[in-house]
Amino acid sequence: MSGHHKESCGSHCGCHTPPSNGGNDEGLFNRRNLLKGAGATLGVAAFAKAMAPITEWKESTSVDEFLQTHYRELSKDQLAEVITRLEEETKNDYGAEVNISDVRPQKGVKFGYALNLSICVGCRRCAKACHEENNHDRTSGNSYITVLEMSKGSMDMEQGHADYNHPVPQPDKFYMPVQCQQCENPPCVDVCPVEATWKEPDGIVVVDYNWCIGCRYCEAACPYHARRFNWTKPEVPKEEINIEQGYLSNRIRPQGVMEKCTFCLHRTRKGKLPACLEACPTGARVFGNLLDPTSEIRTVLANKRVFVLKEELGTKPNFFYFFDE
Amino acid sequence: MSSDDSSLIKNANHSAGFHVNSYPKFLRMAVRLCTSGSWTFYAWMIFLSCVALVGANAWALQVRDGMIRTAMTDHVSWGLYIANFTFLVGLAAGGVMMVIPAYIYKDKDMHDTVIIGELLAIASIAMCLMFVIADLGRPDRFWHMIPLIGKFNWPISMLTWDVIVLNGYLLLNLHICGYLLYKRFLGEVPNPKWYVPFVFISIAWAISIHTVTAFLYCGLGGRPFWNTALLAPRFLTTAFCAGPAFIIIVLQIIRRMTHMVVGAGSIRTLTNIMRITILINLVMLASELFTEFYTGGSHATAARYLYFGHHGLNALQPWIWTSTISIVVAAVLLMRPNIHEHMKTLDVACILIFVGIWIEKGMGLIIPGFIPSTLHEWIEYIPSAIEWKVSAGIWAAGLIIYTLLLKVAIPIFAGQTGAQQGKNQ
Repeated sequence: MSGHHKESCGSHCGCHTPPSNGGNDEGLFNRRNLLKGAGATLGVAAFAKAMAPITEWKESTSVDEFLQTHYRELSKDQLAEVITRLEEETKNDYGAEVNISDVRPQKGVKFGYALNLSICVGCRRCAKACHEENNHDRTSGNSYITVLEMSKGSMDMEQGHADYNHPVPQPDKFYMPVQCQQCENPPCVDVCPVEATWKEPDGIVVVDYNWCIGCRYCEAACPYHARRFNWTKPEVPKEEINIEQGYLSNRIRPQGVMEKCTFCLHRTRKGKLPACLEACPTGARVFGNLLDPTSEIRTVLANKRVFVLKEELGTKPNFFYFFDE
Repeated sequence: MSSDDSSLIKNANHSAGFHVNSYPKFLRMAVRLCTSGSWTFYAWMIFLSCVALVGANAWALQVRDGMIRTAMTDHVSWGLYIANFTFLVGLAAGGVMMVIPAYIYKDKDMHDTVIIGELLAIASIAMCLMFVIADLGRPDRFWHMIPLIGKFNWPISMLTWDVIVLNGYLLLNLHICGYLLYKRFLGEVPNPKWYVPFVFISIAWAISIHTVTAFLYCGLGGRPFWNTALLAPRFLTTAFCAGPAFIIIVLQIIRRMTHMVVGAGSIRTLTNIMRITILINLVMLASELFTEFYTGGSHATAARYLYFGHHGLNALQPWIWTSTISIVVAAVLLMRPNIHEHMKTLDVACILIFVGIWIEKGMGLIIPGFIPSTLHEWIEYIPSAIEWKVSAGIWAAGLIIYTLLLKVAIPIFAGQTGAQQGKNQ
């Protein structure tokens, strides 16, 4: 290094350029810097072009949505504002006038569900009713219920098939619909990094669709395949939209978030029955309040041979299966 | 490079005002070093930038249209992104295999090159964070994970632990590398008080990042394939194979392309570490396979599918056999006496290990956790073009970061540049 460089160090740092460039390339507008500038400009332009599709993303347009806080931290007024916004968005995106309500849990109620495996015929009407009631994406045919066709003589799910496509019931089979078990000890709630899913006082595990970040850890943690992800913005024709919607249940979900069965809380918290139960032609489904000793579900639990799925995992489901005889 | 340690100023004391003046100078010099170099450097950076741009574009499309652009489903809900993420946590932790010999065993050659491993940790963690963001359905809500501003489900969710350990490890390494480089830039001997404690914390911390990442999976009772106590120990062992394998290749490139002195001792030590860790890994693999297949039953279903397929479904078979064969061949190659003198054999072994472990910790570990699903449905997964592009883009971005970090660090450590440059000569 020459003395020249020693002197200039500290002021313009030109001293750090290799000596070979020292002479005629000094100054801001030498050939090398111009080339670098052109390269950098080109790079930035290419990056902007590459990222351009993101500006066409509809969900990103709402600043209010971006800044919205967690459901449980919203004041009454804030929630009312959010609901108005969501109703407007549904009108704009889907053309339907919907009514989104925020039904809270009732005191002294804890929901339980039981299913009679002796009489379920595997018709999948429950799954279809769920699909319609909960405004599921029509293209994927999504539903919160998976009906397994099981071989008689085995309770092992390994022997079951969810993709059967023939008249039911088959003589050597029995049928086991599986949906969210509303576990007492839900692994999905534990793993959520942002508390976007939690257990309500009436036992229902819900998701705040506006808080979920879409990491899908809960989907990996659930032992019952009860959770679903919105891989794209749900498509529902205007005339098929169920306009009676719950904030924590069947309102049309945004793209990129988790969803799950909520025991139709927008119905059940108002004293109605879940859509899957109403659709069942055999009466295999029993729904009710576990805290009410006179309820039908308590009678079932007390008198039938009842079991829960994957009891060994310690999730303590509030969804029970039983046999008649 | 430490040969000029004697020329460094010891016990320098500066006022805050000195740093206000000289730290921006340090940064300016870093920018200068990052933006000038040989034609090979420019070509390499332009190539990486192009790949990164393809990845950025693919990611933008994925955000716009939704994760439907990936091949993931409700059955296989994690794919190539989380696979790469898992491997890269290991690569980040693997750098510690340079730190331990350098600082605990005072290995001189390793001490001179340890910064290569520490910078690798920085670049790897940066890639990990990018892979996590690529996997999020709602990247715009990333802030929900930030403690205090968002809602941080700590200590219950293992994912929050992972956020803490990964970012902590990033900060530790940024501090250690940043401090050492700045001190070298000033031409001063670094004050051990300001970095040695952090180095020792970072050793324990490196173990924690891969352990916590394993706990993400092995804590899930509903996924028998992951639900094994051997998962975290295997994660660490494979990290301590893949990390040294990558660094050995990098050290050779540095030796060829720069003036940095890479002592033979570094490569020899790393090779010796690999020789042992790869065998421990194989022992653990055998132990796992024995437990799965001898016991049989539904607990072994995923492993059976992984290695042998299931009624014509065999998407993972090519992956896992490539991995298993690579690792076994590498283990045999590494047994060659004086292997550090047979660089070609060593390089082949390193590449085989890197590829083998990338598969084993990725496609061979994450995907079979989902197949069959928890209700025993059989849905396979083959990554989509978008997923490959995003993944390649993130790797390119990570290599850009690593190249630039080395580009700044090597001349400073080799004493070719710095605030004192010229004055000492």
